[in-house]
Amino acid sequence: MHNITIDGMELQVPSGTSVLDAARRAGVHIPTLCNLEGYPAQGACRVCVVEAEGARNLVASCATPVREGMVISTNSKRVRAARKTVTQLLLSEHDADCQYCERAEDCELKELAHTFGVRELPFSGEKPPSKLDVTTPALFRDPARCIKCRRCITACNDIQAVGALFPQYRGYQTQMAPAFASDMAEVACVQCGQCAAVCPTAAITEMSHIERVLGALDDPEKHVVVQTAPAIRAALGECFGMEPGTLVTGEMTTALRKLGFDAVFDTNFTADLTIVEEGTELLMRLKAVLQEGKEAKLPQFTSCSPGWIKFAEHFFPEYLDHISSCKSPQQMFGALAKTYYADKMGLDPKNVVVVSIMPCTAKKFEAQRPEMSDSGLTDVDYVLTTRELGLLIKMFGFDLTKLDSGEMDAPLGISSGAADIFANTGGVMEAALRTVYEIVTGRVLPMENLHVKEIAGLKGVKEASIVLENVVPDWSFLEGVEVRVAVAHGLGNATRLMERIRSGEAQYHFVEIMTCPGGCIGGGGQPRFTDNSIRERRIAAIYAEDEGKQLRTSHTNPAVQQLYEEFLGAPLGEKSHHLLHTHYEARGR
Amino acid sequence: MNDPADCAALHIRVPSAGGASSHILKESLMATETHVEELEHIEELDAIIAAGQGTAGALIPVLQKTQQLYGYLPQTALRRIAETLKIPFSEVAGVVTFYSYFTTVPRGEHTARVCLGTACYVRGGKEVLRGLEEKLAISPGDTTEDRHFSLEIGRCFGACGLAPVVMVDDVVHQRVNPNYINELLVQYAVRDDADETEEPS
Repeated sequence: MHNITIDGMELQVPSGTSVLDAARRAGVHIPTLCNLEGYPAQGACRVCVVEAEGARNLVASCATPVREGMVISTNSKRVRAARKTVTQLLLSEHDADCQYCERAEDCELKELAHTFGVRELPFSGEKPPSKLDVTTPALFRDPARCIKCRRCITACNDIQAVGALFPQYRGYQTQMAPAFASDMAEVACVQCGQCAAVCPTAAITEMSHIERVLGALDDPEKHVVVQTAPAIRAALGECFGMEPGTLVTGEMTTALRKLGFDAVFDTNFTADLTIVEEGTELLMRLKAVLQEGKEAKLPQFTSCSPGWIKFAEHFFPEYLDHISSCKSPQQMFGALAKTYYADKMGLDPKNVVVVSIMPCTAKKFEAQRPEMSDSGLTDVDYVLTTRELGLLIKMFGFDLTKLDSGEMDAPLGISSGAADIFANTGGVMEAALRTVYEIVTGRVLPMENLHVKEIAGLKGVKEASIVLENVVPDWSFLEGVEVRVAVAHGLGNATRLMERIRSGEAQYHFVEIMTCPGGCIGGGGQPRFTDNSIRERRIAAIYAEDEGKQLRTSHTNPAVQQLYEEFLGAPLGEKSHHLLHTHYEARGR
Repeated sequence: MNDPADCAALHIRVPSAGGASSHILKESLMATETHVEELEHIEELDAIIAAGQGTAGALIPVLQKTQQLYGYLPQTALRRIAETLKIPFSEVAGVVTFYSYFTTVPRGEHTARVCLGTACYVRGGKEVLRGLEEKLAISPGDTTEDRHFSLEIGRCFGACGLAPVVMVDDVVHQRVNPNYINELLVQYAVRDDADETEEPS
């Protein structure tokens, strides 16, 4: 422990702590454009400079560890002047027009310039190279707006282990880019958008579908339906200044209806359906191995997270047979909206437009995969991120905080609490265990509040096991079997888990992988800026939504049961196989 | 979806012809398209990479030896290095593009690096560079058509007291007079076809 003084406050902090972290703990805000919680200091932006007594120069607080007796001033005249100059220097290389910029609302650089009273730019100099990269469906990159803070490099390499982005060239020519500043479509980018989630400016952000959605809403020929992923309801409020972790399910429903969508549905519905299909698939794999002595690929991996799917296609192609063939809930919804729902409503599927609201950028990639057209049309037409929905609601002049609560439409809007928790790391696994345990034993999952505590929370890789006892006769081969499961979130954690599985060091029956830290609630399309405390609050909100529902298990959803009776037949049946399942392709690195 | 017309909604910048970005565009094109031919000396390359495997910080020495082997860094060799050392290709490219020593395009038999560090700059480095550009009829980063000479800009070779300096291959030429470029080049068997009359005796 070291005794230090920050702005006159005496503190005791553990050695090794940075001055920045020590200040944060004392409630002193030091601005930074490059630091990411829990990752090594970059010292790149120089905005976090402070004055340390006895030091000749100002020091970057993120990269300076505390020393015994240190006296720090975070707000002296010299510090304020330096921060202002640093901000002006960053702006002098930032080739942007704030009035046209998609980050106008939440640009950290713009906010800093405003806060530090930058009202003019005394410097003008060489601008960075400009080459807009619009080659991928989900993300676009504009190096002219980049301030080289390198947060995206940390996200892409250290958090996600993808390695699509790295600093290329040097000096003014430096770009945070794929190899040799090539296009993102040419490299193994999984489109997760964690780069866009941490970017302080608009150097990387999502490809907007807002104009296309408006086009559909304004077309009287079109019947436009919308589905909302479970993670939206715990985050959309943040776009309207509400506390992170505020549930806005009802207000969001009302807003969507007021925007002019013809039906407001829930991706939760197909999340429940996913559990029925994917749970059955798992039981079939177990049956093949344990009862019939046949080969089946175990562990089975979840398939809901499109970033993980593309990651596996690039980096773990030998495991593609292990991934559940179930489409993600977004894609199941699209396929059913243009078949089952269109039929039921007497609509021409060609006039049905499916819009998804997703916490995710990779969903934009997933929607345009050529195989995602089993309805005979593109199953999901447009995908808006949570942020884009926030903008759209503002464009129409609605204030989410003042809207009444609405109810989603039947039948594709009915769901269980098990579907809600798809938003959280560990949630898909918990939902699957609730259903599989009940099918196999005839009893409710014997856990407090139906929660599998071992796999909840923000630990990177989590494990649990459950012994199946007193099973019903149909599943007698599972008597006494200990089902082992694992959960990873963030592709860096997933990579570590995959390597343990590959080496044989760890063996499981079922593994859940979510691309983004915290799961979908921390997705690349969520309101910025997401840190662990915000992740925890969104997760708590989602569990509250689950616990507040009468229905807690997917297979008991009456609308799902009705869907099987009226349309699909049985889980893994011929129609399911055609509409709800898919295949994967090795993509190379 | 993904209709390029959609970009109209974005604020699009068209890269200007020439200028700083054209160099990058050109090099990235070269790197991604030109050099995908079968790689020679594959066994030597694999030995170089194997020697670096399992050692932290092995990338730069491996790249240096690979460049010595081929005279430049072919794309296929870089991919092989990235895969074997388990380093993302973007990181390998990041290191290659950071150091002016590395090149992804074939070089000439000899490479002249004109120092434009501070001391050389103020003592006529620019004029030396211009002289070499004129005599070789190429720009920095380029190679003569006969692959005899390449021209590069360097950033300080640690010989500031001898400024301006030009490094040809691994020999440092000191206090180079821009009016006597031919004397320098003739040592490397560059014939002065350009202008016989100007050649000093």
